[in-house]
Amino acid sequence: MAAETRYILICSGKGGVGKTTLTANLGIALAKQGVRTAVLDADFGLRNLDLLLGLENRIIYTAQEVLAESCRLEQALVKHKQQPNLALLPAGNPRMLEWLTPDDMKKIALMLGDHFDVVLIDCPAGIEDGFKNAVAAAREAIVITTPEVSAVRDADRVIGLLNSEGIKPIQLVLNRVRPKMMANQEMLAVSDVTDILALPLLGLVVEDEQVIVSTNRGEPLTLNGASSPAAQAYNNVAKRLQGEEIPIVDPSQEPQGLRAKLSRLMNKKIF
Amino acid sequence: MAITLRDAINRLLGRQPASATTAKQRLQLVLAHDRSDLNPELLQQMRREILEVVSRYVELDLEEGDVSLATEDRVTALVANLPIKRARDVVLPAAGA
Repeated sequence: MAAETRYILICSGKGGVGKTTLTANLGIALAKQGVRTAVLDADFGLRNLDLLLGLENRIIYTAQEVLAESCRLEQALVKHKQQPNLALLPAGNPRMLEWLTPDDMKKIALMLGDHFDVVLIDCPAGIEDGFKNAVAAAREAIVITTPEVSAVRDADRVIGLLNSEGIKPIQLVLNRVRPKMMANQEMLAVSDVTDILALPLLGLVVEDEQVIVSTNRGEPLTLNGASSPAAQAYNNVAKRLQGEEIPIVDPSQEPQGLRAKLSRLMNKKIF
Repeated sequence: MAITLRDAINRLLGRQPASATTAKQRLQLVLAHDRSDLNPELLQQMRREILEVVSRYVELDLEEGDVSLATEDRVTALVANLPIKRARDVVLPAAGA
C-alpha cells in the first residue's frame, strides 16, 4: 500500500473555468513523474473527463457497478495507454442519476487508495449534491478560477464550504490569464485575486489556444511534452504539488519592451 | 484603497477608472455580504439601531457617519465610522443598581 494517498479535489463553483482541463493535464503530468494517479470524475450527470483524456470509448463500468459489486474495481478503471500510471474512474452512469451518496464516494476513494498515490477528484460545478459527494471523497483541494468577478465570487463561496468541511490545504490555480489586459488594468491582477480569496497560489495559466486544440484531439497538453505556455503551467502545478519549489512568474509583470515599462509605471501605486 | 498613476490620470481627464479597479471594489463589497450572510434589510436595521445607541451618548455627524461591512483575509468585519460632534451629558446609572 502507498505511504499515504492524497485525495485532491479540483473545484471552482462556477462552470467553464477549466476544472476538467486542469484535472486531465495534472493527471497526465503526475503520471509522467511516476506518481500512480487516479482521476475520479465526480461529475456523473455531465461527465467530460473521459473526453478530455481521449478515453470516451473505453468506459464499460463505473464506480456504481463497483459499489454494487457487479464488477471489480480493476475492471472499472480505464488505464491510459500512453501513460499507464494514470487511470480514470467515472463515478457514475449519467442514466443512473441520484444514486451515489457521500458515503459511497468515501468508499470508492478508500478503494482507490489501495492502488494509487494520488486521487484527483474532478468536482461538478455548483454547490449542490454533486459537490457534496465530491467533497466527501477529498482531504485537500485545488480551487481553480479565472480573473473575472463571477468566477472569483463563486470560488469564494466554494472556499467557505471547503473550510467548514475541514478540507486543507486549499490552494489556488488562476486560469486563463491575459497578460496584456492585466498590464493595462483591464483584468483583475493576480494579487487582487489572491488577496480577495486569501489562498496560496499553486499555479498560473495564461490563456492559450493550444488548450482548445488539445481538447479537440483528446490529448492533454502535458501528454506529449508540448512546450506551449499552458502546458508548462500545468507541469509546474504538478511539480509544486509534489513539493518542488518553482517560482510563479506574473506574466503581466514580465519585461516586454517600452510599452510594458510604461504600463508598469502607470500601474504604480502613488497613494 | 490604492490609487495608481493610471487611475489618477483617468480621474484628471474625467475618464472612468480602469475596469480592474472597479472589479476589485465591486467584488470586495459583494463578498463582504456573501460571507456574512446578512441580508441588506437586516444590515439596515442594525445600522439604525447602532446609530440610535451611540447617539444616546454622543452627538453624531449623521451626514458623514457610515456603518458597513468590510472583508479582508476571509474575515468579515462590521466597520463603523461615526464622527462625533460633541459628547452629551449622560448621567451614569448608580453602580450596582
